[in-house]
Amino acid sequence: MNLKPEDLKKISEKMEASTNLRSGAGRAKITVHMGTCGIATGARDIMKAFLDELEASGQKDILFTTTGCAGLCSHEPMATIEIQGESPVKYVHLTKEKVKTIFKEHVMNGKIVEESALGRGSERVG
Amino acid sequence: MQEYRMHLMLCAGTGCVSNRAFDIEKAFNRELEKHNLQDEIQVVDTGCQGFCERGPIMIVQPGDIFYEMLEEKDIPYLVEEHFLKGRPVEKHMYVPKEGDDPIPKLSDIGFFKKQKLIALANRGLIDPENIDEYIGREGYSALAKALTEMTPEEIIKEVKDSGLRGRGGGGFSTGMKWGFAKNSPGDEKYIICNADEGDPGAFMDRSIVESDPHVILEGMAIGAYAIGASHGFIYVRGEYPLAVERIYKAIKDARTYGLLGDDIFGTGFEFDVSVNRGAGAFVCGEETSLIASLEGNMPEPRVRPPYPAVAGYMGKPTNINNVETWANIRHIINRGATWYSSIGTETSKGTKVFSLVGKVNNTGLVEVPMGISVRDIIFDIGGGVMNGKKFKAVQTGGPSGGCIPESLLDTPVGYDTFAKIGSIVGSGGMIVMDEDNCMVEVARYFLAFTQQESCGKCTPCREGTRHMLDILTRITEGKGKEEDIDILLEMSELIGSTSLCALGATAPNPVLTTLKYFRDEYDAHIKEGRCPAKECKSLIQYTILADKCTGCTLCARDCPVDAISGERKGIHIIDPEVCVKCGICKAVCNFDAVRIES
Repeated sequence: MNLKPEDLKKISEKMEASTNLRSGAGRAKITVHMGTCGIATGARDIMKAFLDELEASGQKDILFTTTGCAGLCSHEPMATIEIQGESPVKYVHLTKEKVKTIFKEHVMNGKIVEESALGRGSERVG
Repeated sequence: MQEYRMHLMLCAGTGCVSNRAFDIEKAFNRELEKHNLQDEIQVVDTGCQGFCERGPIMIVQPGDIFYEMLEEKDIPYLVEEHFLKGRPVEKHMYVPKEGDDPIPKLSDIGFFKKQKLIALANRGLIDPENIDEYIGREGYSALAKALTEMTPEEIIKEVKDSGLRGRGGGGFSTGMKWGFAKNSPGDEKYIICNADEGDPGAFMDRSIVESDPHVILEGMAIGAYAIGASHGFIYVRGEYPLAVERIYKAIKDARTYGLLGDDIFGTGFEFDVSVNRGAGAFVCGEETSLIASLEGNMPEPRVRPPYPAVAGYMGKPTNINNVETWANIRHIINRGATWYSSIGTETSKGTKVFSLVGKVNNTGLVEVPMGISVRDIIFDIGGGVMNGKKFKAVQTGGPSGGCIPESLLDTPVGYDTFAKIGSIVGSGGMIVMDEDNCMVEVARYFLAFTQQESCGKCTPCREGTRHMLDILTRITEGKGKEEDIDILLEMSELIGSTSLCALGATAPNPVLTTLKYFRDEYDAHIKEGRCPAKECKSLIQYTILADKCTGCTLCARDCPVDAISGERKGIHIIDPEVCVKCGICKAVCNFDAVRIES
């Protein structure tokens, strides 16, 4: 198989999600809180739901990551959505259905889903 | 295919591999499977990530979490805590010095912060054995651009204008070199990549080949197109098995994609490479010796001119560049000469990779912009001298380089600035020495190396280095004569100006620079029979301080030659006649009672 110059682009596109993930480049970042409290209330299912949405959307420039407890255990499962250049938004009491809506509205269209959101921003560190 | 949500970029460079990185990998895979995470989290073997001191290391992406000194027994806990529960584990994070807080992110660690990566742009970010990952980071796009949008003349002009100079040590303009090879008459021309890295303590070329082998192939293909060659050789050190393995894999994959072979990118350009393994002779790093070795002859340098650009491999025009030089090419083609020449100083452009070794806290591989001070490399990136000792000198450029003293630490890195103070950038070795290093011994050590590696062709190098080594050995044994210094200076001048190749021409450099900056140490050896650094065995004596010795008997028990006597709870004594000065007694003493006197 002899590649043509345009084939390089096709291979790059295939690798884009991987490349972005490693270099931290992306237009949005989804973080699922997976402390003991999160896991106990089903954070793994929430994580899977986000990953499924991500895969179905075919988007390559959205980063997905997990982190520990956010300190508000009674409101788990939680996730933080951060659109590049905007303050992060924390979502609480997540369900698979809420994940679908949040992904569609906030991640894809930039509209905060008010009814599931706890608030904007994060605590200051340091 | 669902994408992995997390990538564990595990360093699989030679340093980390010898620290059992592959066992760590197995443990990760086992634990990930145990928690049913194997489809979500991927372990990726990368090339050397540079921070060899702290290996085995791993970066978790996304998040940029840096883990160091991984141990197999800690992997189950790490997988459960971080990858299942999302809590990064502090135990394996980098701590700058005792008492400091751990630094979780790679980008916040001083060692990485001041570096600028061009030749090592892909380090830690790709699996070197996966060509798609290389292509995913703009791999082979420079070759496509060169072949479809540029003429050979334009490429040579771009490389020339970039200001790139030979990174193997020569420091000659790469663009000009290409131009000579292109303009030499002949329909059969060759390209060579010199990966015969032989300087003690230098490992940048090995790391580049191990971590990003395609960057070499792409650079060579661009060079071949520019000068009109259709075959290339990679001459790699036989002692670099991992580099050899990865370059073979890269060649195979590039051939499968038609990036090597006939009609590359459908342009009619044809290029392929073969690999030759060196047999261990240091002189093969010298270009004419390397070519002789490739031809199946004795590796000996020959008179230049004619330069290889006119008559190289099999008498045909040949262009030979070092690994690091080749690694810069694709970036220059993609981003342009103006961008490249904006980095660095007036006469030294771009970046340089150094292997930072010796008595420095952060041993490893660093890439820095030309013009950064030596002090910044050793103290900011390198974290200073080990064990709180005092800095004495740094040897740059390997055995052909010179020793830079503390007073010149603010010298900016560059070909000309280093030459001015008697050293060289060379291939990029940087060996840090502290107050315990005797500079006469250092000169003797490096000269012993070049003496042994002299191919023997030129009498001044063959006989002269032997004679100089004899004198230096004598001085370190306390048998130096006052006239020795003048003889050393005279012979240095003679060998330097009458040897055919750089091995001989630069062999006296360590002697010359130590004489220039540390003359007092030579004088102490010759005139007073004393080694100020207390390193030269013939000039030191181990003694036990009566007021500190508790009579614990530890030293007497550990002494391999039974030179120490003394009753339990009584003061111990070392018999100087029997003592072999191995230093074990000093190392084991818990009361700091053993002293070295000179």
